[in-house]
This record gives sequence, C-alpha cells and structure tokens, in this order.
Amino acid sequence: MLSSALILAFALVGIAFGLSFFRLVRGPTAPDRILALDTLYINAIALLILLGIHLCSPLYFEAALLIALMGFVGTVALAKFLLRGDIIE
Amino acid sequence: MSFTTEILLSALVLIGAVFTLIGSLSLVRFKDFYTRLHGPTKATTLGVGCLLIASSVFFSVTGEGLSLHEILVTLFLFITAPISAHLLAKAALHLGLR
Repeated sequence: MLSSALILAFALVGIAFGLSFFRLVRGPTAPDRILALDTLYINAIALLILLGIHLCSPLYFEAALLIALMGFVGTVALAKFLLRGDIIE
Repeated sequence: MSFTTEILLSALVLIGAVFTLIGSLSLVRFKDFYTRLHGPTKATTLGVGCLLIASSVFFSVTGEGLSLHEILVTLFLFITAPISAHLLAKAALHLGLR
C-alpha cells in the first residue's frame, strides 16, 4: 500500500514541478521568476524525501538539507539584487 | 511494519504531495504577484512538513532507533520561508508592481 501511495505522490509532485517550471518560463516579472525558482527547490526537496523513503536509504536527507541551504541563499541573493542592484555592498 | 503504521504513512505522504501540488497550482492560477506569493508557503510548511514527518516515522520504524535528522530540514525551512517571502515582497514593492 505504501509503495502505491509513493508512486501516486511521485506523480503529484512531478506535476507540481511542471507547474512551477511553467511559471518560471512564463512569469511576466522578475520577482515571479524568483518565486517560481523558490517553489522549484521546495519541490525538489519533496521529491528527494520521497525517493529516500522509496529506496529505504537515509542518505537523501543530506542532499535535501544542502538544497534547502543553497536554495535559500540563492533566493536571498536574487531578491537583494532586485532590491539594491548589487548583492554585496 | 504494522498495518496501522502503513496507513498512517500513506496518508501523510499523500497529504504532503497534495499540498505541494496545491502550492504550485496556485502559482500558475493566481492573477498577480502578491496573491501568488502566499500559495507556495503552504507547499513549504504543510507539504514538506507532512513528508518529513512521514519519513521520520518510516526510518524510526524500519531503521535502528529514533530518526531525527528530518527535524533539521523542517526547522531550517520553517525559519527561512518567511524571510525569503518578506524579501521577495520588498523587492516587488521596490519595483512598483501592482
């Protein structure tokens, strides 16, 4: 039962990935694209956690934690660039 | 793994996946940037939160002993999500989006 639920969850998160990618490509303004990128890394974390449960391997949290860290730094840097025209002043 | 645990895990995984989908769907469907900003927050807190609880329960049941590294990811996401949303809203206001 858990394996079929996992497959369904993979499909749902995959659709979510596609929808945020659509906003990333289409998004009319720059903050829209940054928000879509932020959502994409959240989806990637969800997908990695699901893969970790599916393969019964606790190794994937390390990758999820790294993506969370780097994604946050990337979002802050991009927003700061829009705000000030520079990242490190 | 007992039957009850399996039902609990399946429910948590499905709820998490559905909330992740709702977050991305709101990103596509809503009309302007400020309404779009609130959708993915649900994907972060409820969606990934449910998935992390599910994986914590799964590795506590199957592996040896209590598994708590998932709390790290949850804590980090819960701390950083409002900060990035605040910065994005500030950037959008600065650019003068309507």
